[in-house]
Amino acid sequence: MLDDLIYPSWHWSISGLAIAFILFLLTMAGRSFGVSTTFKNICGLVGAGKKNEFFKFDYKEDSWRLFFIGGAIIGGFIAGVIFPNPFAVSLDTDTIFALEKLGIVYPTDDSLGRGFFPDEYFRWDSLKAWIIALAGGFLVGFGSRYADGCTSGHAITGLSHFQLPSLLTVIGFFIGGLLMTHFLLPYIL
Amino acid sequence: MKGIIFFLIGIFFGITMTKSEAISWFRIYEMFRFESFHMYGIIGTAVVIGAISMTLLKIFKVKVAGGGLVTYSPLPLNIKRHLISGTIFGLGWALVGACPGPMFVLAGNGYFFIIVVIAGAVFGTYTYGMVRDKLPH
Repeated sequence: MLDDLIYPSWHWSISGLAIAFILFLLTMAGRSFGVSTTFKNICGLVGAGKKNEFFKFDYKEDSWRLFFIGGAIIGGFIAGVIFPNPFAVSLDTDTIFALEKLGIVYPTDDSLGRGFFPDEYFRWDSLKAWIIALAGGFLVGFGSRYADGCTSGHAITGLSHFQLPSLLTVIGFFIGGLLMTHFLLPYIL
Repeated sequence: MKGIIFFLIGIFFGITMTKSEAISWFRIYEMFRFESFHMYGIIGTAVVIGAISMTLLKIFKVKVAGGGLVTYSPLPLNIKRHLISGTIFGLGWALVGACPGPMFVLAGNGYFFIIVVIAGAVFGTYTYGMVRDKLPH
């Protein structure tokens, strides 16, 4: 009985509620919910702040984020390794067919994979995988800093504060995402 | 030790991202193909409940840690900047199937190849910092 609560994935409404609760907790703690600034902080921590004021790591303002991200990694370990969902992500069948056309076999048997990450594709020994990972990461890093926020900062926090700039940024997220998924991915993968 | 509070909230965030399946590359692919309501349900619920709670905190002038009120410093409206920067982000999001939060959570789940993506994101952030004066804001 308890196992049924700890292991399976959550319904989307519970997940959404949990994210809103995180926004509430961070707001009450006097901080703004936003993950992408972590990349800027990493730049600052490895010394980029000496050359460029933009990256300067301000211990008082920025250190909480490192604790938060450390916790996020541990949380992923708890939910995904210690108490993993025994079932793979139940994708829509049309999506599974579309993936097969791209040459990606979705793990329909749970023993073959959990459907979190196409690790059959993103392999350490594939040069193409390295290029895609670095290029994709670059776009996310560059884009989120230029946008001054990512999904958490704009789609969750910004929209919760009725920000027009955030709405426009989220529209941009979808322009880019739709372009990639429908027109570019078929050629890249 | 205030750090422990953020560490605990972070753990809750990592569990939420994993159990919501928002860290799944496949869920993001499915979302951009409009073939499931799952991701829209998550983000929609979070925004509706988030907007209600933020509004209530403002109406009742609730004090947050540090003694201040709930405020938001808005970005200057620049339609071109928001759309272009968002599009750049979206291209990357759909390619690697993870936005910044899930990248770190995936590492905790044991998908260590995501570290290459994080390295790319740090380099992209660094590049932005070096050229930002030349970009429209």
